[in-house]
Amino acid sequence: MTDKKEWPLWEVFIRSQHGLSHRHVGSLHAPDAEMAIMNARDVYTRRNEGVSIWVVRASDISASSPSEKGPLFDPANSKVYRHPTFYDIPEELGHM
Amino acid sequence: MAGQDALFEYLLRLGDNALILGHRLSEWCGHSPALEEDLALSNVALDLIGQTQLWLNLAGEVEGKGRNADKLAYLRDARDFRNVLLVEQPNGDFAVTMARQFYFDAWHYLLLRDLSGSKDGRIAEIAAKALKEVTYHLERSQEWVLRLGDGTEESHRRMQEAIDDLWVYTGELFEADAVDAAIIREGLGPDPASLRDLWLGLVRATAEEATLSLPQPGWVQKGGKQGLHSEHLGYILADLQFLQRAYPNATW
Repeated sequence: MTDKKEWPLWEVFIRSQHGLSHRHVGSLHAPDAEMAIMNARDVYTRRNEGVSIWVVRASDISASSPSEKGPLFDPANSKVYRHPTFYDIPEELGHM
Repeated sequence: MAGQDALFEYLLRLGDNALILGHRLSEWCGHSPALEEDLALSNVALDLIGQTQLWLNLAGEVEGKGRNADKLAYLRDARDFRNVLLVEQPNGDFAVTMARQFYFDAWHYLLLRDLSGSKDGRIAEIAAKALKEVTYHLERSQEWVLRLGDGTEESHRRMQEAIDDLWVYTGELFEADAVDAAIIREGLGPDPASLRDLWLGLVRATAEEATLSLPQPGWVQKGGKQGLHSEHLGYILADLQFLQRAYPNATW
């Protein structure tokens, strides 16, 4: 075989048994989305970790640039009033 | 054939199919074309070995001579194995492995679906558990047949060759003998012939979508169910049984 094209990279997100949202668990290679889900099942849910799988092409993810860390995140540092630390959350509410 | 003898034979067939195919797939471990595929094939192999334990333990129980799954797997000779010839065929390239898997999975799925309604609760229970695993196996091998068949020129050529070469071993899946007759009579399992049209429909639909053509029904290579195997099984057993043969009762 002369044409040895690599399969594209996929990022895998799994919602665990009691998890509220999908969490990034890792990445894998697969020829297309359907096979990526199957591979994710075999690579990342062998020990009963999940109830739902998302895959997304790594190349479709837009990421913030590390060099913009300062302007993006630092301004939030000094705004203590944005943190809900002034409220008492009733026990019965559970996870929030 | 008397009921218990036939049941023992029948359970050996179910267990040996899973054992030998599981072993074949385990040969890919560390050699697959991609890490993801390595894990996936090993998962299928492990599912099949798990099913083997259930079927062969039940076989030992039915036989009543104190043999369990380990004894049956490790201490029988080739002539006493009851797997179909299809599952002992060599892995070949990836297309051969996937064609073999697809032919088998489609049949295995239909068989287990019927067996999960068996009059024998023990059989029904194992079949229901295995059916979930095999439903996934079938989905996976089907996807691969589609992708390789309808892929590049080379993948199409290899898949078509694999489909052609293994075809001769599929007929055995649907042939009934005295064991099957006894099983049908007692409502324990389906008539193998009754699965043929469903299997053909499933396989044909996938082949068409994959731009592959199925060979015409013709000469059928058979004998595995009765213990008449190809030379390949001896090599498999040499690998599989070496430890127990060289060091009897070794445990770890």
